[in-house]
Formats: sequence, structure tokens, C-alpha cells
Amino acid sequence: MLRRRLNRLCGGDEERVDSRTIYVGHRPCPDTEAFIPSKFCDNRIVSSKYTVWNFLPKNLFEQFRRIANFYFLIIFLVQVIVDTPTSPVTSGLPLFFVITVTAIKQGYEDWLRHKADKEVNKYPVTVLEDGRSVKKESEKIKVGDVVEVVEDETFPCDLILLQSSREDGTCFVTTASLDGESNHKTHYTVPDIEKDLQTLTSAIECEQPQPDLYKFVGRMHIYKLEQEPVVRSLGPENLLLKGATLKNTKKIYGVSVYTGMETKMALNYQGKSQKRSAVEKSINAFLLVYLSILISKAVVCTTLKYVWQSKEGQDEPWYNQKTQKEKDTNMYLKMFTDFLSFMVLFNFIIPVSMYVTVEMQKFLGSFFITWDKDFFDPEIQEGALVNTSDLNEELGQVEYVFTDKTGTLTQNNMEFIECCIDGFQYRYRDTQSEVDGFTVTDGPVNKLQQKAGWEKEELFLRALCLCHTVQVKEAGSEVLVDQVDGIDGLLSQPEEERGFIASSPDEIALVKGAMKYGFTFLGLESKSMKIKNRQNDIEEYKLLHVLNFDPVRRRMSVIVQTKSGETLLFCKGADSSIFPRVRPEEVDRIRMHVERNATEGYRTLCVAYKQLSAEEYAMADTGLREARLALQDREEKLMAMYNQVEMGMSLIGATAVEDRLQEEAAETMEALQGAGMKVWVLTGDKMETAKSTCYACRLFQRGTELLELTVRTLEDEKLNSDQKLHELLQEYHNKAVKDAPPVKAGVTRSWSTANQDYGFIIDGATLSLLMNPPHDADASQYKSLFLQICQNCTAVLCCRMAPLQKAQIVKMVKNSQGSPITLSIGDGANDVSMILEAHVGIGIKGKEGRQAVRNSDYAIPKLKHLKKLLLAHGHLYYVRIAHLVQYFFYKNLCFILPQFLYQFFCGYSQQPLYDAAYLTMYNICFTSMPILAYSLLEQHISIEILLHNAALYREIANNAMLRWRPFLYWTVLGIFQGLMFFFGVRFLFSNPALQDNGQVFGNWSYGTIVFTVLVFTVTLKLALDTRHWTWINHFVIWGSLAFYVFFSFFWGGIIWPFLKQQRLYFVFANVLSSVSAWLVIIILILLSLLPEILLVVLRKPRGHHSQQKKQSQSNVGGNQSSQSSARPLLMRTFSDESNSVM
Amino acid sequence: MMASSYNAKDEDGHHPGSVGSGGPGAVKSKKPDNTAFKQQRLPAWQPILTAGTVLPAFFMIGLIFIPIGIGLLVTSNNIKEFEVRAVAIATSYCVIRALCSYTAPRTKDFSNVFMYYGLSNFYQNHRRYVKSRDDSQLNGDKSSLLNPSKECEPYRTSDKKSIAPCGAIANSLFNDTLELFYIHPNGSRIAIHLVKTGIAWWTDKHVKFRNPGENNNNLSIVFQDTSKPVNWRKPVYELDPSDPDNNGFINEDFIVWMRTAALPTFRKLYRIIQKKKDNMTPTLPPGNYSLEVIYNYPVRSFDGRKRMILSTISWMGGKNPFLGIAYITVGSVCFFLGVVLLIIHHKYGNRNNNADIPN
Repeated sequence: MLRRRLNRLCGGDEERVDSRTIYVGHRPCPDTEAFIPSKFCDNRIVSSKYTVWNFLPKNLFEQFRRIANFYFLIIFLVQVIVDTPTSPVTSGLPLFFVITVTAIKQGYEDWLRHKADKEVNKYPVTVLEDGRSVKKESEKIKVGDVVEVVEDETFPCDLILLQSSREDGTCFVTTASLDGESNHKTHYTVPDIEKDLQTLTSAIECEQPQPDLYKFVGRMHIYKLEQEPVVRSLGPENLLLKGATLKNTKKIYGVSVYTGMETKMALNYQGKSQKRSAVEKSINAFLLVYLSILISKAVVCTTLKYVWQSKEGQDEPWYNQKTQKEKDTNMYLKMFTDFLSFMVLFNFIIPVSMYVTVEMQKFLGSFFITWDKDFFDPEIQEGALVNTSDLNEELGQVEYVFTDKTGTLTQNNMEFIECCIDGFQYRYRDTQSEVDGFTVTDGPVNKLQQKAGWEKEELFLRALCLCHTVQVKEAGSEVLVDQVDGIDGLLSQPEEERGFIASSPDEIALVKGAMKYGFTFLGLESKSMKIKNRQNDIEEYKLLHVLNFDPVRRRMSVIVQTKSGETLLFCKGADSSIFPRVRPEEVDRIRMHVERNATEGYRTLCVAYKQLSAEEYAMADTGLREARLALQDREEKLMAMYNQVEMGMSLIGATAVEDRLQEEAAETMEALQGAGMKVWVLTGDKMETAKSTCYACRLFQRGTELLELTVRTLEDEKLNSDQKLHELLQEYHNKAVKDAPPVKAGVTRSWSTANQDYGFIIDGATLSLLMNPPHDADASQYKSLFLQICQNCTAVLCCRMAPLQKAQIVKMVKNSQGSPITLSIGDGANDVSMILEAHVGIGIKGKEGRQAVRNSDYAIPKLKHLKKLLLAHGHLYYVRIAHLVQYFFYKNLCFILPQFLYQFFCGYSQQPLYDAAYLTMYNICFTSMPILAYSLLEQHISIEILLHNAALYREIANNAMLRWRPFLYWTVLGIFQGLMFFFGVRFLFSNPALQDNGQVFGNWSYGTIVFTVLVFTVTLKLALDTRHWTWINHFVIWGSLAFYVFFSFFWGGIIWPFLKQQRLYFVFANVLSSVSAWLVIIILILLSLLPEILLVVLRKPRGHHSQQKKQSQSNVGGNQSSQSSARPLLMRTFSDESNSVM
Repeated sequence: MMASSYNAKDEDGHHPGSVGSGGPGAVKSKKPDNTAFKQQRLPAWQPILTAGTVLPAFFMIGLIFIPIGIGLLVTSNNIKEFEVRAVAIATSYCVIRALCSYTAPRTKDFSNVFMYYGLSNFYQNHRRYVKSRDDSQLNGDKSSLLNPSKECEPYRTSDKKSIAPCGAIANSLFNDTLELFYIHPNGSRIAIHLVKTGIAWWTDKHVKFRNPGENNNNLSIVFQDTSKPVNWRKPVYELDPSDPDNNGFINEDFIVWMRTAALPTFRKLYRIIQKKKDNMTPTLPPGNYSLEVIYNYPVRSFDGRKRMILSTISWMGGKNPFLGIAYITVGSVCFFLGVVLLIIHHKYGNRNNNADIPN
């Protein structure tokens, strides 16, 4: 660490070099004139924040950076320095408690990190040094060391794979701890490396460390004796990342390139940016109000004090002389300290404990999500996951839902439905799984046998078998081979599921589809792919190149060599990217099928091939190799090369894969819309498929008028796309915004169908045009038009989105007027950006790896769980925390108000009304537990009703319980009760002889009576608000009242040796011996609660009535949806006419 | 009183897999426990406040509170209280051993009569004043006796000797002497016996306030190294030389004074006039009385007032109509609200009845 810092300080120029050179085994290379061992950081991982020495100052500094803690520290310091009415203990103790608990928690976490670091850093590794294997501690690895790793070990640093014990020079790796993907990934050794690593002399040039796990660019110069140095390109497939685990491979050797804090894992280890919830913003706003109340109280008191003192004989009567020091103090300084004293006296209005309670509520409350067995998915044997507890209540405030399509709305459980070879449709049926497994549905039965000849079929199936990056799982492969003979056996065997591993489920579906038709992929071994054809012969193909899939090209290709020496290129990809690259005359026959399949909601891929002549291949080969070696602009060069190779192919067919809708996807979407949320589908998929999914999910309904803003609608003969865009935007705006009857922003979709529903469709290209129009001036205008249109649409579909565009859209909506709360839900790596961007990010534990889950705030196994998460958990959490916050402010207002009023009766002398113990304990012990229990357990409406009646969600929309109106209500209530407490007892004390033996009460009795009334009223107020009394609520509410009584007796029952003044000695007992005190306590409690009871009673009938109505309405909707969902999913979207006319 | 429904949602049968495999070695299933608490399905009582349920409560409150209020008011009115704003008019001539006579109450009460002195505009609750005491000194702590707390400043030491009892409260002990005489119709003055004890809280007298040197009866020796409070005429051990149990720190006048009043206008118990043994003659027979005040305590300087109050005491304490009025008011308001709610309830009753059962 230190060295790295030094480097940064002194050798700033080194940082600017954009590549680093590593000498394998620290052996200088012939080419380089001077061997300068450059300095790299060592392999120590430091994830801990503190050391023993800096823990205290650093931790304290971090804690006091929080505004609240700082405020309390100031108050405490004022109490220490200035002569204040309450001892520093009253605010010091809670603050100390909070700080200590936090420090212990953070210290413990850091200790765990230290332990983990140590474990990693001290882990023994084997390093090859001068021909011998030397055991070393992991932290001592230097860049350039050759490291040996055996099976099931994790890599100690980022390594370039030099040698593997597997013959084909590959090794398998699982990156479960990095990105959660547990499948095995293949990594390759650098070609042309000698077997004896001792004699290997080479230099590696690679880029400076960067955090992207999937990107690595490097070049390896291999020097051989009396030979020209060979240059090999290095890519991510050669790089073994620290943290990944070696699998299925006995032993590998690798040279370390990035170590310690420069490994990709360490660079990725960065805390996510903190998301703050709207409730927290409200708390801060209320805090400001209370702070100003506090300050104005202090100012009022200080002013009045000096006004009062100016009267003769008031300031210093004979019986109450000032000390010499006080007399000497400067008048203005005195005023200032008086002001501070008042601040301290009233500072309890902003309690430390609120922060503690809120934190605790959030932390403990989030367990209910993890515990919920409704979120448990038996398939993956997992429940929901909570990554942050800060946003629980935000789940109850969502206005916009951005959802991914694949894997989120749909299951991402691909099933090969049909294919189309040379224009003829093949649909597989289980029932006729004989001989070749071919059956033909409806259409051109006879044509098939005649036209789509045997050869074409086989070519197509071979293409399916070869053009992919699927692996056969080692362990299961034997079993698989055994079962290949019986096709029917295969289909039902679960082993088959485990047989293939691929990055995308489409590929597995295709390989499996090919298997159904008799072509089985057996595996890839040392660059040769084996497939078993229909005659059960094994064919071998040499894999020459893989032209990887990427979302921009939307296709992938392989170049293989057959036994006979032919070189073939197979390419599969989206229709839009394949069609321009094949002969146009072939397209028409297949396009029909593709489009039909797409409208049915299937994912379609086109398959093309091309035969490469030897010259062509040679050209492609060199071109590809060169591009791969390039250090700069490798991506662009590769892209260009790919495009060049994938030209002039011939189309052989198309496939259709069904991506089933998630369970209850339609119901969930309907519930979300019923709850007033607007659902936007952001997908990378093509428009037709996405549209049909939207229909299937009932996001678009039959009556919905679709407003399309896509590349297709922008095509116009006269106008260029920009002008057309402008025109369309205006048109749609007129339609959706101006003509629509004015509706409130929050309530868009009313239950009556009188209003026309609009759906909006936009695609990626148009969006980028819209975001970055040619004329900058239009940008904001377009954006606002777009947003206005979207806000008036029930559902918006954005298709063909790049991941970054998804985030862009989320950001745009997030920052739009009224800053609505957004929620993103997705399952794949492409959704991470939008998950991070939205207020609440939800990951689905889907099939596309764990990246979304890792970056999300909450993760759920299935989409259907979103309904309960938002409608039940979110709603309840919001109500709970909103009530918690309001209640806290309220209870402290009526706690401190009597103390303020008392100043008017004690000569503004800052005399506290309550004893110090009561001041300290009020928020910690007497009133904290009931509200905590309430905020964890309250269900003002039962979960069933919440789930059943989505419209209830709207009642808390727009932060309804933390707006200024409810805040004002609680504040007025607090003031009313505070006045009650004080003046009720004040009138009682007009004759302080309250005991039946004529003895009188003093000021501490006064305070104790007020405090007793206060504690009881505040607790009973909560009891009134509690709709859901579990035994815990009973225990805590009655328990804390009992505790208060017990404590008061106890506190007053002993002469406490450590107290300077025995103020409360037997005060409470004496108070309770007075009938008048009892009577006044009872009547004040009742009187304080009376308005509340009255309000509840008077409000009830109206609330119930509307609730009932809504319930009946939603019943209608519910019946309908259950009816229609019984039908096949895709059928009903287009034939629902009879049902959807209302 | 409340419409309530016990909502015990039955738990699903426990899955043998998740519960049975509790052993440490067993593979821990990630399936959440199906307990009522974790599933937020604890049986719960769900009270609902509606007009129908609160209505009887209002009537009940009305019916209970109005009688209590009337009872309180009657009790309060039955308390005979006689107040002499003694010094208010008599400052000039009630100087020393001033003799002010008044026509006394014609009480026929057979109970004890309590004699209070009252002060107004006297800020016994001023912070500087309230904290100016040393409770451990008053508790008989020897070291505090000689080295009182800093809080007692500027009444901590005088003449380089520590003050006992120290502090502003003790220093300003009320030191007027009040005496009451019955003027017999035949002209003779009969002094009324005023009891000095029983005016302070029992716990204060017996636990909180202790003389230093517990067993030493000679208080003058115990207090020899201390100095009397500056405003006092005599040292603390001469507060009541006649009764050793009422002398020094445990002098009840002193203890009463040390219990600081809540408000600037206050009264403190001074003496008790015991009722007659036979229960036949009133404690204070009707007639003329004369109050003799030995005027020591200056109140003019802070615009204060002195009072003397004679009062009987009921079970609710001294005379105070506030509680009675409050109870009657609240009771009537509740009753009135009950009536209003009843009307509302009857008008919209049908709908409310339906709404009472939410599930």
C-alpha cells in the first residue's frame, strides 16, 4: 500500500503509460536494452478500513461526519463547557451509547475483513523460482512470478494461463465468487508456449489494471532460441482472475500480471453508492423544522429572560444572589451562553434515539423479507435476498417500474419450438419421437419431403450443432453419451438438463433442439467438435475460429473445418443482422416464417452458412489473428474483420424458441398497474417479440392504442428522420396529452374504461436520436415531449435497448418533474446499469448469472414475488416507518413543550421540569420499545387484503404519510397535548397542598406528574394507532408502562450515593399517594386522547365505505383476470375480444 | 367495548424437512422457517374503533366523570379556607412583633386545620436557586458538612468557614413567626396550640435529612466548625432547641422550605391545629382571632406578597375547584359527544354496521 502511494506521489508519469510490461519469471528478454524491474504493488489485499492505530480517530471522524451525530456532539460539548441546566450525562450517555455500538459493529466488521484479508494474504501458494517450486505466502507474489495452482484452489492473483495439465491446453474455471456464475468457463493457454516453463523467455505487454471483469487486452512476445520472437494476442480467455476457482483441471501454471489491489477483483471491490430513501429526505426536512422550532424557542426564552430581568429586583433578588463569576461575565457572552443553555434544555426535541430506532427498524424489518416463505422458490432452493435495508419503505412508494423482458417477464427457459428449413416448417412433437424425430405440422406436409432435401436438413442441423459456445459438462458427459441412443430417454432425463453449460439459454435450447432431430453435440476437445449424426456416426470438425456473439452485432459465427478439408462458416443471429448478409432471394421464403414466429412471441434466430475457399480462409485467418493481436482499438478492428468475414452467406433456415412467460406475470403486471404504477418494459429484444410479450402480460390490452416511435415509423419519403421524429412527437403529444381529459398525475388509470388507453413503443435507435438530436436546441424539448407522452400512457415499451440506454431512460424519468420513485427489475448483466440507476433495484435470481442480484438492493427468485414485495411488504414498511417518524417527532414535541412552558414560570432560568433521569430515559427506555415493536409488526391492513386489493397501494402514493399535512397534524397534536399536560398540572398546582395530610408538593412532583401523564398518553396514543395487537405489542406496551412505574419507584426509593442532589427521593411514591394526582393524571390522559379518538371515529365510515367500493371493483377485475389467465397464454392476447369489452 | 376480531391465522403444517433437520450436521435448508412470527402471521387482536364501539364508552365516561366531578366540587367547596393577605396591607406597621388581628373563620369543622404561609413572586423554582443546595450535607455527611458542594456558591462559605446548611435555599429560610390567638368573647386572648411536626414528608424527615454525627445530641459541637447561613439570625442547631428531634437539619420548617415550590406563587405548610380530642367541639370555634406575625422576612424588594392561609383538608387535599370543574366539563363533553355520535350512528347506522366487519 505504502509503496503504491509513494508511486503515486513520486512516479506520477508511470501512471500515464497505458500498458505494462511483465517479464515472465523475471527473466530479461533479449530485445529490451535495459531490464528495468518496474515496480508493481505486492499481492496484499487490503479490504479493511482501519488498523489498530487509526481505528479510533478514523472511526470517530466517520461517525461524526453524519450530521445528526455531529449535532449531538455539539450539544454535548456545549453542556460540558457552558453551565447548562442538564448535566452532560443526559445527552452524552445516549450519544456515547450510539457511537460505541456503531463503532463496535464497524470494528467487528473490519476485524472480519482483517481476518479474511489475512487468510487470503497468508494463503500458501507455490511459485516456480529458478526451476524449483517454492512455497510462499500469497501476499509475497510479485508481478511476473510463475504460480502453480491445483484443482479447486482459487487463483491468488490475476494470471495469464501458461500451461495446463489438460492436454488441449484449456482449463475450467468457475467465477462464482466474482460474479456468481457457477458454470464452468473455459480458459485457454497462450499458444506456442514451450513445455518447459523454466526456459521460457517472454514479455507480456498488457493494459493497466482496469475493473472490467470481461475485458483484457494484452500481447505476449515469446522469444525462442534462434528464432524470430512470436507474438501472441492475449484476451480475457487467457486471463485467470483472482478469486475464481480452478475446476476439472489438475494443475495449471500462470504468470501473474496484476497483483494485490490491482487485481480485477480488488478493483471491483467498491461499495455501491448509497441510495437514500424518500423517507430519509422527509426526516431531514422535518428535522429542519424542529431545529428551527428549537432555535426559535431558545431565542424567545433568551429574549424574554432579559426583558424579565430588566425589571427591578427580578434578576438578582436578595434570596438568590449570583456568584462572583456570574457577575463578572460579559453581558453579551452571558446572553450567548444563556441561548446555548436553552438549546441544551430543549435539545431533546431532536432525539438521538430516533436515528437508532430508525436504523434498527430498517435492519430488523428487512428480515421479514428474507424470512417470507412466499418468496421461497423450490426450484432454486432460495428465498429473497436483502442487500440493503435502507430502502424497505421505498418499496411502498414506487411509481415507475422498469422491467426487463427476457428472464424477468419471461422465464428465460428456452424451448425449441420449431424450425424452418429452406422455407418449410418443422415442428417437433413428443408423441412421434421415432426414427428421425421429424414431424410436420399443418402446412406443407408433403412439400417437406420433396423440397427441403435431406442435405439441407442435415446442413441446418449441423449448423445448429456447431455454431455455438456450449460446453458439455465433464461429469455428466459419459452418462450423456450412454443415453444418446435413446432419444426418448434423453428427453425425460434430468441429466440432460445438466449436460450443457452455456452463457445463453438460447444456445442450449438450440443444441437440444438439434438433438431432438438426431444430431447430438458430444463436446469440444482440443479444438475439435464432435457431433453424432442421425446414423449414429461421429463426425469431427476442427474448430478454427469463434466469432463471438455480442449485442451490437446480434449474431455469432464459427469457422470449422470438416474431415474432408472443407472450411465452413456457420452463422446464426437475429433476422435483422442476418438478412442483409445473405442473398436476397433466399430471404423472402424465410422472412414470412420468422415474422409469424416473432408475433407469436417466440425468439427467432436465422441460420446461415458459407463455404470458405482456402484463399478466403487464409485471408480471414490472418485478418482475425491480426485484429486479435492489436493492442489499440482491438474491438473496432475485430468488429470490422467479423463484418468482412460474415458476408455473402446463404440462408439455410430459422429457428423459433419459446421463452415462456413467468408464472403469474400477467397477474403481477395487472396488480402493479392497479396499484397506480406505470410499467415500462425495457428490452434488448426486437419489437415484435417484445410487443407480443406485452400483450401476453396484459400491459397492452386490446383497447390500447399504440403509439409507435420506431425506425420504421420514422421512415418517410419526404422528411428526414429528424423532422419526422419531431412531427410524430407533436402528433402523439396532441393525442395523448392534450386531448386526454385532465387527470391527476398520480391516478392515471381509472377503473372506468371511458378513457382511451395509450401504449407507447420506442426503440433504441429512435431513443438515441431523441436524446441526441442533430440540433442541440431540440434536445430538451424532445425530452419533455417524450416524457409527457409517456406519463400519459399506461405502458411503455422500449425495445432494442442497449444496457446503457436502459439506465438513461431510468435516469430521465427519475429526474423528471416531481422526481418519481423508480424501480428497476431485471435478471441479467445487461440490467445492472438500470438496477443501479433506479431508486430501488431488484434482481431476479434468474438463469443469466448473478450479476443483477449482486448489484441489486433486493433479489427475489421470481417476478411474481414482486407483487407481494411491493403491495404487502412495501406498503407495510412504508406505513410503519412513516408512523415511526411522525410519532417520534410528536412524542418529543409534547415531551419538550411543557419544559418550554415551564420557563415562563421559573423566570426563564432554564430550570428543567423533569429530572435528569427522566430526560435521559424517556427516549431510550420508556417510549422506545412500543414504537419499535409497532414499526416491526404493524399490519394496519392485513397482508391478504393488501395483496387482493392493489388499489390500496395508491393511498400511500407520493409519500402520503410524510407530507406536510400529516406532519402538521402530528405537530398540532403534539402541541395540544403538551399544552394539556402543562396547564392541567399548572391549575392543579394553584394549590400545591395535594396530600390528604396537608403536605405540599414541590417542583419535582410537578414535573413527575407531567411526565407520568406524558409517558402514559404517548404510549396509549400508540396503542390507539395499533391495529394489529400481537402478544409482542401487548408485552411491550404494557411492559414499558409497568417499567416506567417500577423505575420511578426504584429511582425514588434509594438515596443514590453518586447523585449530587436527591431530587426525586420518594417523589413518585408521594405523588401516587395523592388522590388528586391520580385524578388529574387520568383526566389529562383522557382529554389528550379524546380528539384522536373522535377523529378516528368520525373518519371511519367514509374510509370504510370507499375501501369497500374499491374492493368490490377489484373483485370484478380479479375475476376477469383469473378467467382469462386460465387460457393458453398467447392465445388469449389476440382472441380476447369478447372479454375485454366492458 | 370495541369491535374486535381475533385473527389467528393458522399456520401451515411444519415441513418436516426444515424443522426436523435441526441438527448441526444436517444440511441447512435455505427455506425460511415457517413460524408465525417470521411469516408475520402472529395471532393478533385487531380492535377497530367505530362510532358503534366508542359510543358506549363516551356515555360511560360521561356517567362516571360527572358524578366524580360533582363529588370533587362539593368536597372542594366544603373545604373551609381562610386567607389573610396579611402583609400586603400591613407592611408598614407589622414590623416587629406586629399585631394584626382579624375576624376569623366561623368554621364548624371538627377536623385538623392546617396553617400555611404563602409567598408570591418568589422564584423558588429559579434554576440558580433550585440547585443551590448540598443534599449530602443535609443527609449528614461529615465531609460535605465541612466542604460543601460548589453548587452552593455564593452561599458556600462565610468567614472562611463552611456554611451549614449551605446554599441559597437554606439561606432564604422563611423566618417569620406566626401565632394565632382566639379572642374570647370575654376579651381574653387564648393562644391556639400550633403543632410543628408532621408538616414535612415522612421520608424527608427520617431518611433524606439527617443531622451529622448521628448519635451526638449536642448539635452545637457537631456544627462547631461551620458557620450559620448569612441571613439567619441563629445557627442551624438552634432552630428548635426545645425538641431535639426537630432541630438541626431535621427541623421540619427547614425541610418544608427545602422542598422547592413548583411555581412562583406557592404556599407551604406551617403548622397544624389539631382537632379536639372529643370530636364534639370544632377545632376552631367560631369567633374572632388575632394573628400575630413576627415580621422578619423581606418581600418588598422583589415585589412579593405574603399570605397566611387556614384551611381544612379533605381526601383530595386542599381547596381546589379545578379538578371538579374539569371532571364535570369532560364528563359533559363526552356525554354530549355521545349524543351527537348516537345521532350520526342512527342516521348512517346501517352502513356502519356493515363496515364493522372488514374481513
